[in-house]
Amino acid sequence: MSERITRNEVIHVARLARLSLTDTEIDEFTGQLGDILEHAADVEALDVGDIEPTSLPLPMTNVLRADVRRASLARDEFLTQAPASEAGQFRVPPILGEEP
Amino acid sequence: MSDLHEPALSDEWELVVGLEVHVELATQTKLFCGCANEFSTEPNTNVCPTCLGLPGSLPVMNETAVEFAMRLGRALGCDVHPSVMARKNYFYPDMAKDFQTTQYDQPTNRDGELALADGTVVGIERAHIEEDAGKTTHVGGGGRINDATYSLVDYNRAGVPLVEIVSHPDIRTVEHAKAYVSELRNILLAIAVSDAKMEEGSMRVDANVSVRPVGSDELRTRCELKNINSIRSLGRAIEYEARRHVDLYESGEAPRQETRHWDEDGGRSTAGRSKEDADDYRYFQEPDLVPLAPTAEQVAEIDAAMPVLPAARRARLGALSSVADDVLVTVVERGQDMLALGAIEVGADPDKVLTRIQNDLAVDEWSSVNAETLAVLIQMESVGELSATQAKQVLADMAAGLHGGDPRAIAAFHGFEAMESDALEVLVDQLISDHPDEWTRFTGGDDSDRKKMQGFFTGQIMKATKGQADGRAVAELLGRKSK
Repeated sequence: MSERITRNEVIHVARLARLSLTDTEIDEFTGQLGDILEHAADVEALDVGDIEPTSLPLPMTNVLRADVRRASLARDEFLTQAPASEAGQFRVPPILGEEP
Repeated sequence: MSDLHEPALSDEWELVVGLEVHVELATQTKLFCGCANEFSTEPNTNVCPTCLGLPGSLPVMNETAVEFAMRLGRALGCDVHPSVMARKNYFYPDMAKDFQTTQYDQPTNRDGELALADGTVVGIERAHIEEDAGKTTHVGGGGRINDATYSLVDYNRAGVPLVEIVSHPDIRTVEHAKAYVSELRNILLAIAVSDAKMEEGSMRVDANVSVRPVGSDELRTRCELKNINSIRSLGRAIEYEARRHVDLYESGEAPRQETRHWDEDGGRSTAGRSKEDADDYRYFQEPDLVPLAPTAEQVAEIDAAMPVLPAARRARLGALSSVADDVLVTVVERGQDMLALGAIEVGADPDKVLTRIQNDLAVDEWSSVNAETLAVLIQMESVGELSATQAKQVLADMAAGLHGGDPRAIAAFHGFEAMESDALEVLVDQLISDHPDEWTRFTGGDDSDRKKMQGFFTGQIMKATKGQADGRAVAELLGRKSK
């Protein structure tokens, strides 16, 4: 098992992403994620002190649109595709836990 | 419980508060799509594939939202920086995308400050751009989230542009917390980026509260209070929470870092989500949006177009008058300072103008009062053509737009004509000879008698003149005659 990520960290991240993993999968992904982090460590070893960080591959900034209204969707069009709806709203199962 | 005069804490403990204020920007459209940014009673009518998070949809940033955010940043003295958007991941149906697009480690505005009306300065850590979430309604189980049988979601608010203003934990009293929110609201209205209505949710305040022993500069465990819907409620919530912390420490325990829900009716806060795993949101840079890189010219343009801010407006009026600070605060808060300045400019007495506005122009609609007519009114009162009571009545009618808002026409309509002082004197002499016993009690009685008789004679005069005599002139005349 890699030292880069622990089994418990994988379980924690899987829980945050609402993924249910079997014990075998947890072992498998712990190994794979460790390999990925190992590869990142190779990059970390390079001296990049003089290189500007790239935040996005696109050489663009300030892509903006004018504050002008456009038509919204007709409600029936998307509500009929929802698993459940009521009174013009999406109906969802009871929410467990606290609001974000 | 009084939240005005009672100190929140004992002499041994100091309050430490930082505020996070979410402000909805008054743009035409949402932050990333062209859906209308407006309150609608009909749910899910201002939604499209982008704010529903449908596959294949892409966000494009609203130019006006960015400009408003920078204007707000500059009004708070922040530096404007290049920024990138980030995804804050969470699973809750108020965002169909399962993440909120916000700014994380590279916010637009950083390092500002807000000066309160009494001169106290509160540091601003950042003011970043983000999108609002939709609205959930819990059905069954009395509407409480944990007992509901299901929930309904309306995405009209999802994607509405917000700026979140985060203060440093510089606030030490409940009064300062309230003053911070009210001054921030004044600024938002002055720069016209939000309607800033707490009761309607376009301005929402969360308070981070902790306490520490007086003399210490440590920052102890804080709790974040949510669901605060008014400035008064903010004061009560902070006070309650601070006392709770002190009680815990004094009984040998300690608060837990958590979000707490303020219950205004119950006057208490209840425990919510634990805040120990701050990184659980798995922030990462939003790949569908490119960075914002405002130029120095853009920032200079925003600065050049910045209106005079409330603090400077109060100072401007304060320099011309000698009224109390709270009069200046009220007049500027109501946006009546230009009216006052105008009237002062054409020669009206500054203190009289400001006092009259503060006392008698507390109305929503006063557009038919202008600097000239107000100055005429103040002048009429100053020379005794109108009594104080009459001036109040005339101003009310001016605000209501009666008789073209002309104070002379209104005074004439009511038959308000100042009595010549000679006529007044004749009347007073007549009253004295009609009521010799009362006059003796006025001139020779004790203080209580004198006071009663002053009231009697003033009442008789007002009755005889149908309220047109100037109260001050009457008092002066009675005093003179009794010597």
